[in-house]
Amino acid sequence: MGEVNSGTLLDRRAAVARLLEGRKDLLVVTGLGSPSYDVMAAGDHDNNYYLWAAMGSATTVGLGLAMSQPDKTVLVLTGDGEVMMGVGALATVSITGPKNLTIGVIDNGLFGETGQQRSHAGRGIEISKLAASMDFAWTGIIDDEAGIDDLRDRLSHRDGPQLATIKVTGENAPRVLPPRDGVHIKNRFRAALGFEPI
Amino acid sequence: MSTDETPQPWQDQILPILKKFDVKHIAYVPDAGHSAAINQAEADPDITAVTLTTEEEGIGYLAGAWLGGQRGAMLLQSSGVGNCINTLALAERARFPLLMLVTMRGDWAEFNGWQNPMGQATEPALNLMGVRTWRADKPEDVEPLVRGAAGMAFNGDASCAVLLGQRLIGEKKWVK
Repeated sequence: MGEVNSGTLLDRRAAVARLLEGRKDLLVVTGLGSPSYDVMAAGDHDNNYYLWAAMGSATTVGLGLAMSQPDKTVLVLTGDGEVMMGVGALATVSITGPKNLTIGVIDNGLFGETGQQRSHAGRGIEISKLAASMDFAWTGIIDDEAGIDDLRDRLSHRDGPQLATIKVTGENAPRVLPPRDGVHIKNRFRAALGFEPI
Repeated sequence: MSTDETPQPWQDQILPILKKFDVKHIAYVPDAGHSAAINQAEADPDITAVTLTTEEEGIGYLAGAWLGGQRGAMLLQSSGVGNCINTLALAERARFPLLMLVTMRGDWAEFNGWQNPMGQATEPALNLMGVRTWRADKPEDVEPLVRGAAGMAFNGDASCAVLLGQRLIGEKKWVK
């Protein structure tokens, strides 16, 4: 296995805040655990959909959203463990081909929520290479601020699907909890897109 | 073409019913019993047909489509219900409309006993996870049950499944 996380590593909170800086109509889906906290810490937003369970589903929720809102830019922010639990979904993304979908994998190489056990990514699986092998339109590995700025510019290119692993330190930042009421978040998200509750 | 005297085969009724409910997305893992609806969905320019690697992807996909304002349904086999169990929490907690059409194995005249455990657990497992279920064992049951389940899913933000029984689908032929 190749050595991973050997270079510089980003602070996850700073990296996510920088990526979301100046967002306008960006739609964001977050995977359960730390990525949800990171996005919440950057500022709650009506265009955020936070997952609290259904591990492995951040990619597929983002895919369905991207396919039903082709004129909007969709960003999935999730963890390396979360994306690996539904890794087949990357193949489904690729064959479905949403141009407006970018997946940002916040890769600390750990299962952070459960006691910092080393994950598959932490043992050498480079998720961006999986996506590249599945013919994603663009993949990247990001370990500095310039890379975050480049990814932010790429979000709106609409020539995806794209996937980047964002290499972050293993430090667990304080939890910043998003709302847990799934119905509320669903209705708030839909209302921001102009849809009424049933 | 069908006439008033000779109704369409039930297999050909499925997609038109779903389209009446403004379904725009069909997520599926293939099964022979769903092949007519799958072929129609793949050929329909108004439908986004999505092939899944595993059935739980469909729950997330349809939730995302609904967040974006569009309706969908999932076609799967009873074995695939087992793959969905934990992910059904997403539909239950956020009350996403979820419509599943499940072709059954292991519930009648099953040759492959390895299908029996999941096939026989399918309906109670769905019920345990908050999914309402109906069984269609006769062709004339299919239209009213699919229509009724779709209505309850989309009008009530509910998780609903129609189980298409092996007596309806017919025995799988194992002889070449």
